[in-house]
Amino acid sequence: MKPFQYLDPANTSEAILLLAKYKEEAKVIAGGTDLVVQMRKRAVRPKYIVDINGIPGLDYIRYDAKEGLTIGALTTIRAFEKSAELWQRYPLISLAASKLGSVAIRNVATVGGNLCNAMPIADTAQALLALSAKAKIIGPEGERIIPLEDFFIGLGKNSLRTGELLVEIQVPVPLPNTRGLYLKHLTRGSIDLAIVNVTVVITFEPEDKVCKDIKIVLGSVAPTPIRARKAEEIMRGKRVNETLILRTAQEASEEANPRPGSIRASIEYKKEMVKLFTGHLIKEAVSPVPFQ
Amino acid sequence: MKQLLRIRVNGEDFEVLIEPWKSLADVLRDELNLTGVKIGCNEGQCGSCTVLINGKPVKSCLVLAPMVNGKEILTIEGLAKDGRLHPLQEAFIKHFAVQCGFCTPGFILAAKGLLDENPDPTEEEVRKWLAGNLCRCTGYVKIIEAVLAAAESRS
Repeated sequence: MKPFQYLDPANTSEAILLLAKYKEEAKVIAGGTDLVVQMRKRAVRPKYIVDINGIPGLDYIRYDAKEGLTIGALTTIRAFEKSAELWQRYPLISLAASKLGSVAIRNVATVGGNLCNAMPIADTAQALLALSAKAKIIGPEGERIIPLEDFFIGLGKNSLRTGELLVEIQVPVPLPNTRGLYLKHLTRGSIDLAIVNVTVVITFEPEDKVCKDIKIVLGSVAPTPIRARKAEEIMRGKRVNETLILRTAQEASEEANPRPGSIRASIEYKKEMVKLFTGHLIKEAVSPVPFQ
Repeated sequence: MKQLLRIRVNGEDFEVLIEPWKSLADVLRDELNLTGVKIGCNEGQCGSCTVLINGKPVKSCLVLAPMVNGKEILTIEGLAKDGRLHPLQEAFIKHFAVQCGFCTPGFILAAKGLLDENPDPTEEEVRKWLAGNLCRCTGYVKIIEAVLAAAESRS
C-alpha cells in the first residue's frame, strides 16, 4: 500500500475543508472494507485518507410516520440488520443489508460507503433505489438533496463534487399494500459479489389485482444499478396476470445490458436470470401468502 | 511518518508507534507479536484475521491501524484465562475441529462473537454467522459441531 497521510476530522466542516483542499488526492474512509482492498491492489492511491468515523451524528436510523426513514451515512450494515424497527417498516432494506458480505464485514461497512463505492451490484443500493430514496450531500457550497438514481453515474463513479460528503439517505413512506423483494444470485451461499441481483417493489391492490406502481432494480447488468423502466411501464396500472408478468420479465431482460467478458457469468446467462428473477419476484410479491 | 496508537489488547494497554497504512493485523502480529492473528487473503474474504474489536468480530486485515485508536481488541491469545481454555477452545479440540489450525483462531473468535450475542444459536444461525470464515482442511462439519457444543456447555 502506498504511504499516505492520515487525517481524522472532528466534524463535517473540517471534513469538507480537507476534501476541498486535497481534491482527488484525498479519499474518505468509513468502514474501509472496499477502500482498503482497492488501496492494496493499488487501484486507488490516495495521498490523504480522511477518516470520518470520528464525526458524531452520522450514525442513526430514524422513522417518522410522515417523513419516512432517514439514515445516517455512517450507519453500519449490521445496524440495519439488527434494527427491529427497520425489519418492521422497511424489511426490504434489512433483507438487502443481511446479504452483504459476512457478519464481520457488516460490522464495520457503512451504507454511505456501499453507495459511494458505486458498484452496480451494491446490495443497499438495490433496496434504496427501489424505494425511491434520496441522498443528502453537504459540501463547500452547502447542502443538496438528489434522487439516489442521480447519485450513480458510472462504474465506481458517484456524483459527489470536490469537497462533498454524503451524509444522509432519505426514504419516503411507502404506499399501503406495497411489498418489496430482493434476490441476490450467488455462486456460493454467501460472501460473494452477486452474479446478478434484482429487486422488485410493487404496490398491488389485492381485491382488483391491479398493480398501482412497480419499481424494478437490476444489478450487475450495467455500469450502475438500473431501473428497468420499460418493464415497469408494461405493468404499471394494469391488472396483474401470468402473461403480463412474463412480458414484464422479458422486457426487464432486454433492458439488462451486461458487459462482455464478466468473470462471473455470460451476457446470455445474466439476461436469462434477470428474466427469471423478475418474474419470480413479482409473482411472490403479489401472492396472497405473506412473504416470510 | 509514524503516529501514536493507543489500544487495549487482551486486557493490556499498549502505546505503539505505527505507520498509518499498516493494518490492524500487521500491528498485532509485527508490533505485539500476536501471531495468532493470521493473514490469509489480506482482502477480507477468508476470515483468518478475525479479531474482536469492542466485542464485535472484524476482519483486522481491512482495518487501518489508526482507526482502532482507543479501542479494545481481543485476539485468540486473550481467550484462555489463567491457563484455563475457553469453552470454545475446548470444544474445538474435543470435536476435532482443528487440522492445520490456520483458520482456527479466526473461527473461534467469530464464534465467540456469535455466542456473546446469541448464546443459543441454531445450526443454521451458526452456519450463517461463520460464513465469513473459510477452512480448507476440515469441511466445516466438526467446526459447526464444536460451536454448537460450546454453546450447549455454556448454558
